[in-house]
Amino acid sequence: MPILSLITFLPIVGVFFILSMDSKRSELIRVTALLVSIVVFFISLPLYFTFDAHTYEMQFVEKLQWIPSFGVHYHVGIDGISLFLILLTTFITPISILASWHITKNVKEYMVAMLVLETGMVGVFISLDVFLFYVFWELMLIPMYLLIGIWGGPRRIYAAVKFFIYTMAGSVFMLLAIIALYFLNHRATGEYTFNLLEFYRLDLSFAVQFWLFLAFAFAFAIKVPMFPFHTWLPDAHVEAPTAGSVILAGVLLKMGTYGFVRFCLPLFPEASHTFIPVISWMAIVGIIYGGLVSMVQDDLKKLVAYSSVSHLGFVMLGIFAFNIQGIEGGITQMINHGLSTGALFLIVGMLYERRHTRMIADFGGLTKQLPVFATFFLIVTLSSIGLPGLNGFVGEFLILVGTFKSRILYASIATSGIILAAVYMLWMFQRVMFQEITHEENKTLKDINKREFAILIPIMLTIFWIGIYPNSFLRKMDASVNHLLKQVGEKANVASRVHKPKKSGQLQKNVIPKIDIVPECRTEW
Amino acid sequence: MLNLVGLILLFPLIGTAINGLIGKRLRKETVGYVACGSIGLSFFISVLVFCGLLLLPPGERLFEKQLFSWIESGSFKSTAGLQVDPLSSLMILIVTGVGFLIHIYSIGYMHEDKGYHRYFCYLNLFTFSMLLLVLGNNFLLMFIGWEAVGLCSYLLIGFWFEKKSASNAAKKAFVVNRVGDFGFALGIMLVFLTFHSIDFTEVFSAASHGNFEAGSFTVTIITLLMFMGATGKSAQIPLYTWLPDAMEGPTPVSALIHAATMVTAGVYMIARCNVLYMLSPFTMTVVASVGAVTALFAASIGLVQNDIKRVLAYSTISQLGYMFLACGVGAFTAGVFHLMTHAFFKALLFLGSGSVIHALSGEQDMRKMGGLRNHIPVTYKTFLVGAVAIAGIPPFAGFFSKDEILLESLVRGNLLYWIVGAVAAFLTAFYMFRLLFMTFHGVSRVEHHAMEHLHESPGNMTLPLTVLAALSFFGGFLGIPGASVINSFLAPVFGGHGHTEVSGAEAGVHHSAWLSSLMMVVSTAIALAGIFLAYQMYSKKPELPGKLAERFRVIYKLLLNKYYVDEIYDALFVNPIKKISVQLWKRVDAGMIDGSVNGIARLVGGFSNILRLLQTGYVRNYAFYIVVGCIFIIIFAVLGKVKF
Amino acid sequence: MITVTHYLVLSAILFTLGVVGVLVRRNAIIIFMCIELMLNAVNLSFVAFAHYLNSMQGQLFVFFTMTVAAAEAAVGLAIIVAVFRNKETVNIDDINIMKW
Repeated sequence: MPILSLITFLPIVGVFFILSMDSKRSELIRVTALLVSIVVFFISLPLYFTFDAHTYEMQFVEKLQWIPSFGVHYHVGIDGISLFLILLTTFITPISILASWHITKNVKEYMVAMLVLETGMVGVFISLDVFLFYVFWELMLIPMYLLIGIWGGPRRIYAAVKFFIYTMAGSVFMLLAIIALYFLNHRATGEYTFNLLEFYRLDLSFAVQFWLFLAFAFAFAIKVPMFPFHTWLPDAHVEAPTAGSVILAGVLLKMGTYGFVRFCLPLFPEASHTFIPVISWMAIVGIIYGGLVSMVQDDLKKLVAYSSVSHLGFVMLGIFAFNIQGIEGGITQMINHGLSTGALFLIVGMLYERRHTRMIADFGGLTKQLPVFATFFLIVTLSSIGLPGLNGFVGEFLILVGTFKSRILYASIATSGIILAAVYMLWMFQRVMFQEITHEENKTLKDINKREFAILIPIMLTIFWIGIYPNSFLRKMDASVNHLLKQVGEKANVASRVHKPKKSGQLQKNVIPKIDIVPECRTEW
Repeated sequence: MLNLVGLILLFPLIGTAINGLIGKRLRKETVGYVACGSIGLSFFISVLVFCGLLLLPPGERLFEKQLFSWIESGSFKSTAGLQVDPLSSLMILIVTGVGFLIHIYSIGYMHEDKGYHRYFCYLNLFTFSMLLLVLGNNFLLMFIGWEAVGLCSYLLIGFWFEKKSASNAAKKAFVVNRVGDFGFALGIMLVFLTFHSIDFTEVFSAASHGNFEAGSFTVTIITLLMFMGATGKSAQIPLYTWLPDAMEGPTPVSALIHAATMVTAGVYMIARCNVLYMLSPFTMTVVASVGAVTALFAASIGLVQNDIKRVLAYSTISQLGYMFLACGVGAFTAGVFHLMTHAFFKALLFLGSGSVIHALSGEQDMRKMGGLRNHIPVTYKTFLVGAVAIAGIPPFAGFFSKDEILLESLVRGNLLYWIVGAVAAFLTAFYMFRLLFMTFHGVSRVEHHAMEHLHESPGNMTLPLTVLAALSFFGGFLGIPGASVINSFLAPVFGGHGHTEVSGAEAGVHHSAWLSSLMMVVSTAIALAGIFLAYQMYSKKPELPGKLAERFRVIYKLLLNKYYVDEIYDALFVNPIKKISVQLWKRVDAGMIDGSVNGIARLVGGFSNILRLLQTGYVRNYAFYIVVGCIFIIIFAVLGKVKF
Repeated sequence: MITVTHYLVLSAILFTLGVVGVLVRRNAIIIFMCIELMLNAVNLSFVAFAHYLNSMQGQLFVFFTMTVAAAEAAVGLAIIVAVFRNKETVNIDDINIMKW
């Protein structure tokens, strides 16, 4: 059964259903969208259970000709790295749809956008053809752009355009690099193909790696977002509707980090080694800076947005530790961040629905009125802080262990981020939930309802599950991550022997290499 | 019987779940029964486990139970496993035993509170966390417990979250603890890097049989980092500031968490890692010095505080300092012994003060107490036992443990430690009896409305007091010099060191019976002197303290304001970080980074603005541009500049 | 003897007339006619070359061009009529909304 295609395109089928409905029957549209996404989630579950953890080979592979004259294939498959991101996507989407029940403006278009978004997101994680990857990468931009631009807050147009152009600016470079890879591969093998697995076998010179790494890394770093490319994030989050924020934080940001793992490391191992200090410092600055800026925000969504910068800094740090703990921690942290930050946005959304404000100063003392809500909020907050026993800790600790193994200094500085996390999250929690109720409006708020309960419970269970028994996740990654490390390690060694007289791993002055692919490529054209 | 150890953890967890999930719908009695019952069962199993351990020959008293593999990634493995050895079995007895009493006490104390089930849910969760901390067989599991007790402390300090001061204190406790945990986490990582394992047994055997020379740099760093964690959790200089504020929580919480159990985690950790600490003389010096200085420092603040709970809080910090002093000089047994006796009498004192506060409808200021001994006789009598015990009068518990610490600090450490310890002991006796006299003796300064409701606490509150009083009296007999039961019991954990008899000889210091007897006499004299002074100042001549305060205004104000440490921290860390953050946000983020992003956008926009002037809207003009373009192309083509 | 050069010169003259007409005249219809003139100038050179090279391709292109021109005339006139209905003018100086 072509399970991956089913997951990817079932939402599109749902879109056609919804398009055929009367736009006035919004309840029906909502339910249909929800059902479709739930079905997709259940279809995606066998991925986890039948996934063979003993091999690093791509699984559930499907390969069809698409544009034969350019060697483009519909080529999909997953390994232990993408598996959880797909599950995260199919998990988050129904929750987001359920969280958009209050949307009344253009429900039909909204749900269509959500489902198209799901297709795009899943597509990005399953593509093994780089061209296909790029198509999905751009595809998921459009519904997100619409979600922010149509259903967003007062400055939605600004935020949507900023989000779109920022991401586009990055992906242009990626497209360029993809095309370069295409021709380099042709030069090496005589075959025109966009097959990622073929690209993995390329033995690129250091200079080529250097520039192509930069091009890819630029696109991904914006998406992550890494300091200093993060400023689109707070704007986009603040303006996006709740579900938009949830998906943005939960899945879209992971595409950046996933891109690093899937493309930058295995394709350009040597360049990746060279860039360890640069990326790591960007990550570390992001961790500290994100934490500090988050601390002084007065808007809840902005606070969570900046905390994302901090959390994803951890992910990047882990990935660039180049050892199994770091990368497995990084992947775990991607999932964790998707869950906890997603849940935080959901919670902020629930507050917003009740009070129509997100300013911290407008709240205070809510625990008294909303005891159940407070419990959920606290658990999510603690998960975000990285309390042991909850999910955040597993990822964070593994990342730090991994980083510590490779570079003690980085880990020592980054660990201070866990102090900051406690400061900004608990201070926020205190101002929102504790102390006396200072605003009259807050005295009549209603506690969590059944729909909200249904939204939060699955996330809570997963938070505890990952925190208490992370092995059920980690074991599935082992083979793939080990293989990745082998790729990165081996290829880096080979490359250094062939192309570079001495392996320093450090970027030395005046050795920024000159690109040498341009003349050849031109003759190809 | 040892196999039952998992149940010790399970019961409190079940209690937490029941009270947390459906506690709201249960009757108050049921909530209380569930909470107390779970801890009671846990205590019962602990006793069984303890007995099971006793049945084994001393050399084999180590039992590990692997539950499941928790985090595993590459060579990094952390199992969820429990470890029972003399040290942890002693600790679980203390935690569940004292915890059980405090649970019972809480039924009475918290009876009127609206968050009754929430309170017991947290309290059970705390017990679970503490037991996990104690029973964990590796560093990471200990770290879970370590952080989880911090969380429970956060929840319970902020239990009355509507009070701003309470929620502030809760946050402060968590954050300050996090600062310590930062060190602890790094320490764990370094342990893993050095020993390739985080299992206690593996690490310690590698450390003791491995090639680590004493004083090796790595071990010093590891132990220092872990000690940083201990300063946070056990409220030592420089991270002690959260503990006095933690008194915002309900009083039984202060008794359980901030006196008897959680704060002792640091001492437990160091005792647990004694192998590592013994390898690093430098760290040992640091531990001892920090402990000694904290003991003195906190005691001096305790002299002038007027809030009954705050006096006890500083007393706790000071006593913890003693324990660290003991550990720092290598007398781990003495440290753990004091940990135990302190748990008894400090829990007693806190619960006693809670009983006083309860009687006075929430009044905590000692200046508004006085003459209470006839109104609340049981509380008074038990409190007196506690005060005598902490002051160190034989044969009460505190005497033996404190005496042992002082003796060890002299024998293994140096005279300076002893002097500091002795001065602190003097101060302890003084402020405890100051508290006693101000509260229970003299003329009543109780306000009128409180006087009307003045009553002795109900039976479920006085019973724990009585039991604890008995323990405070008899607890010390476990460690009578020369025939110390606890010494021989803990011997397997502390290996060849940490014992009065063995290591005294090992260190080459032969301290004979006469020295030990002399020290007893001296420390008793010191305690008596402190009590006498307190009696003079607060019972006989109540006007004297005021005069002294007037006379030594500067010192008095300094002490009253706790050396302005909170203010200094605010000025040094909190405020600058806030200011920097605001600057980062407004200037750097919004100004520079986003400014440059929008700047680029504006630049492109501006350029386009110039270009758009070409767009006149007259088709004619466009056609003209086309023609001009064509002409240019033709000219270039003719001149042969461009090849097609 | 009339050579291909003559045809080409005539074609060039006609084309230039058309271009100048498009550039300087203001009446949309006249501009339109000038465009037709340009098209036909090109047609002329096509036919001339076809004859000169003895190839039918040129002739063929002319047929295409004429078809396109016819279609274009229909669409173009329709647009002009539509514009006139809206603006009551066919003066292109008044029809300059397509800017900025």
